[in-house]
Formats: sequence, structure tokens, C-alpha cells
Amino acid sequence: MAKNQSEVSGVFTARGKRKPLAAKLKNPFTHPFLLGSIFPLLLVVVWEALSRLEVFPAYQLPAPSVILGTIVGMAEDGTLWGHVGITSYRVFMGFLLGTAAAVVLGSLVGFYKHAEALFDPLIQAFRSIPSLAWVPLFILWMGIGEPSKIAMIAVGVFFPVYLNIVSGIGGVDRKLIEVGKMYGLNTFQLVRRIILPASLPSFLVGLRSGLGLGWMFVVAAELMGASQGLGYLLVVGQNTLAPETIIASIVLFAVIGKLSDWILKILEIRTLHWQDRAAKS
Amino acid sequence: MSLQLERVGRKFAGKAAVQDVSFRAEPGEIIGLLGTSGCGKSTLLRAISGLDTEYDGVIEINDEKVDGIQKTTGFMFQEPRLLPWLNVLDNVTFGLEGNREEKQNKAGRYLQSVGLAGSEKLYPKQLSGGMAQRVAIARALATSPEILLLDEPFSALDAFTKMQLQDLLLEVWRSFQSTMVLVTHDVDEAAYLCDRIIVLRGQPGKVEREITISEPRPRERGSSEQAAYKAEILASLDLTTETA
Repeated sequence: MAKNQSEVSGVFTARGKRKPLAAKLKNPFTHPFLLGSIFPLLLVVVWEALSRLEVFPAYQLPAPSVILGTIVGMAEDGTLWGHVGITSYRVFMGFLLGTAAAVVLGSLVGFYKHAEALFDPLIQAFRSIPSLAWVPLFILWMGIGEPSKIAMIAVGVFFPVYLNIVSGIGGVDRKLIEVGKMYGLNTFQLVRRIILPASLPSFLVGLRSGLGLGWMFVVAAELMGASQGLGYLLVVGQNTLAPETIIASIVLFAVIGKLSDWILKILEIRTLHWQDRAAKS
Repeated sequence: MSLQLERVGRKFAGKAAVQDVSFRAEPGEIIGLLGTSGCGKSTLLRAISGLDTEYDGVIEINDEKVDGIQKTTGFMFQEPRLLPWLNVLDNVTFGLEGNREEKQNKAGRYLQSVGLAGSEKLYPKQLSGGMAQRVAIARALATSPEILLLDEPFSALDAFTKMQLQDLLLEVWRSFQSTMVLVTHDVDEAAYLCDRIIVLRGQPGKVEREITISEPRPRERGSSEQAAYKAEILASLDLTTETA
């Protein structure tokens, strides 16, 4: 049994679970956060310098400080929260709707051969339509208000989530299913105890790419006609010849897009900590 | 529980993989199915387990014909097949019924007996091959199967771990007296563990002969009796290559 003990402790140290803090901070300069900030910071500094030297004309590419000023200005007069809020709300609602539809249809198609034969060809056919082509139809059907925008985003979110659910369920290891069968699990128990957890990684990949598409589609939806939102700011910037408004809107998209992805990423790490992934050196 | 096979065979796409296998295992007996690769040993085991129901012939447990998976039958696969999202303890409790505390106590006892006490919270990715296979043994035994089917359970392990786990299996067998069917292509393993060895040969596989190992346990791995049995097994396998 001494062999076991050493095996166990070997595993622990190899994973670095109980590394002292000092060892972690040994080289703070290779912290991923710092490494990742080097290029963006450099870019901003060079950009600011070149703008100050008037290499870029201000009416085309304003300096980062001007853009930041625009965002701060909007925050101070309170319009910023309205724009960010309504855009996030649209993406969130569209994401929920699209994901819900994808979970229902994806599970059916994944689990039942007949459902696959029934639904999958149609869904694949719809998938080959560029989703933005739906915009005029949705506006015609649902008007220019929120429903058409949310429907638009939901369509965008639906496909990656659906595809990943179907392939996730289809890709569950037969060997693990056999383990469940040997213990006399019925179909429902097999789904709950083996198929769902085993297809979770694929589902989360689908969620993250679906969310990415959701952000893409909200821009399209808001460009088509909106009175508020980050996409609307893009249009305003274009019409008032204010590149700082456009870039401010782009920056805000980047920030909240990244933030929402980060939330999903944390969810992924929490739920998939059991995955055996290769660590990069 | 007794296990009986009568003229069991299995065809894949019209081609027979194994044919006309009949034997009877008495309660508590350890039967070895030995043969070269491709003679249908694992196919036979899957038929007995009920995972495969497309076989011909009759399989009886306690003199009653069975079809499909039986709750009293346990299966130990060639690979550990642990569920990667469950920790060691939850993997062992996987097939158990009852309340949580009871299940965990039971699983804890089995983990202790396979020498993994203290590793309950580890995940499969943190285990070495030998540890994972121990967990699989604990999981297979925790449901107290009356018939335990083992499909080359130690073939992927190093020689030392293998011997250790074989002894562990015998230890557990002594206290539970499960009927076991062990598929193996390891002559040493068969001679060391089994009461009776059924040698399969050919394609499709057929029963070549039955060898009863009457040597009492505990057996000595290097003893002359063991060597004699091994020679007998090897002779019946007739591994001489024909160069016509």
C-alpha cells in the first residue's frame, strides 16, 4: 500500500495543487494577464502618440484619449447605460430563446433516430441560408421593435448550439453507455447520468460560439433600425461624421462581449474541471 | 449462482465468430476462457453479460434461461471505463442503490480493500492506469455481483500491478464467492486464478479442451505444478506456426 500512497502524493505535487504562493509569484512577468496586455498597451501608446503628432487626421481616426473621453461623457450624462443595457438585453433574450429552441430540437435529434430523419434535413437546409437574409422578413412580420431583433439574434444563436448538442450526444463514448447498461439503467437514467454529462463539453462550446454570433447579430439588427443601443450609436456616428462615437461603440461591444464570454468561460471551468486536457508549457 | 451455456455461438454479418460453446460454471467457481486473439472470447463474454443479445444457443443462470442484462451480473472491462466527471468515490457508488450515506460507506470499504483509501476525492484524470483499474475493480465488486465477468481486466497493466491485483481479486473472491468468468490470453494468469480453463481455438472459435486446475489455493506463482499446467495449456493451444 506504500506504493499507492506515493502514487497519490505524486499525483498531487505533479498537479501543483498545494504550491506555496511564493512559488506562484516567482516570475510575475510571465503571468498570462500581463503577457496578454503587452500588445494592446503598446498599440494604444503608439496610436495616441501618432494622433498627437497628427499623423492620423482627427476626423478619421481620433486619439484613444478622445474615444475614452466620449465614453466617459456618455457615462456622465447617463446615455451610456441605456445603450449598453438595451443591447445586452437583446442579446440575452435572443440567446435564451435560441438556446432553448436548440436544446429541445438538438436533444430530440440527438437521441431519436426518427427525429433526426424528420427534422435534421430541414434544419440543415435552413442553416445554409445566410441568417442575415431573414432580417427583412422578420421586420415585415414583427415590425421594427424588439421582437424582430430578438428573433434575429435567436436564429443566430440557434445553429451553433444545435449543431454542438447533436454532435455532442452522438459522440458519447459507447463504452461508457455500456457501463450504464451493465448497471441496469433505463433510458431516462442513461440520459441523465451518462449522456448529458458526457455531452456537456460540446454543449458549452456551442453556447460560447452561439453567444459570439449573438453579438454579431445584434449589430446587424440594430443597424437595421433602432432608436437606442450600441448598434444605433454606430449609425449615429456615421451620420454625424463622428468617428469617436463609432470607435467608442466598437470598444464597448468588445468589452461587454468579452465580459459575457468570460462568464461562460468561468461556467465552463467550474463544470468541466474533470476534463483531462493537455497543459500548455 | 450457477451459469450454463448450451451451444452458444455468435455470427457477425453471416460469418461465425464463435460456435457451439457449452460449459457449466458451478457457484463460486472461477472459469477461464483462454485463447488467441480473434477466437471469440470477448464475444462470448458479452453474450453472457446480456450486452449482446444476438447470439444463438441458450444461456442459463441458476437453471433459468436469461435474455438481456441481469442485475446480479457484474462486468469488468478491459479498460477501467471510469466516468470522467465523477470522482473516485462517486464512480464506485455509481451502480449502487440506497441512501447516500450507505452507498458511500460501502464504496469506502471497497476502496479500502483495493488500497485506495484516501483517494476518494480524486478525479479519473488524476489516476495512474493501475489506480484507475483498482477503482474499476471496486466499482465492479461494490454491487456484490453473484456472477462477475472479467474481460482481460489486467492486460493493460505492468507485471507487478497485475500480480497485485490478481491477488486482490482472489482475496475478494474468498469473501464473496462470486462465480467468475475470466477472459484472458495470459497463460500465467489463467493457471494462477482459475479452477477450470476452457481453451478456445480457431476461427470461428470452438472449445478445444477443458483443463481442470486442482491445485489448492494459495498457489505459488513459480511452483512446478503451475509450470506443468502452463505447459499443458500451451500444448493445447498448439501455437506452432505452420509453414507449408
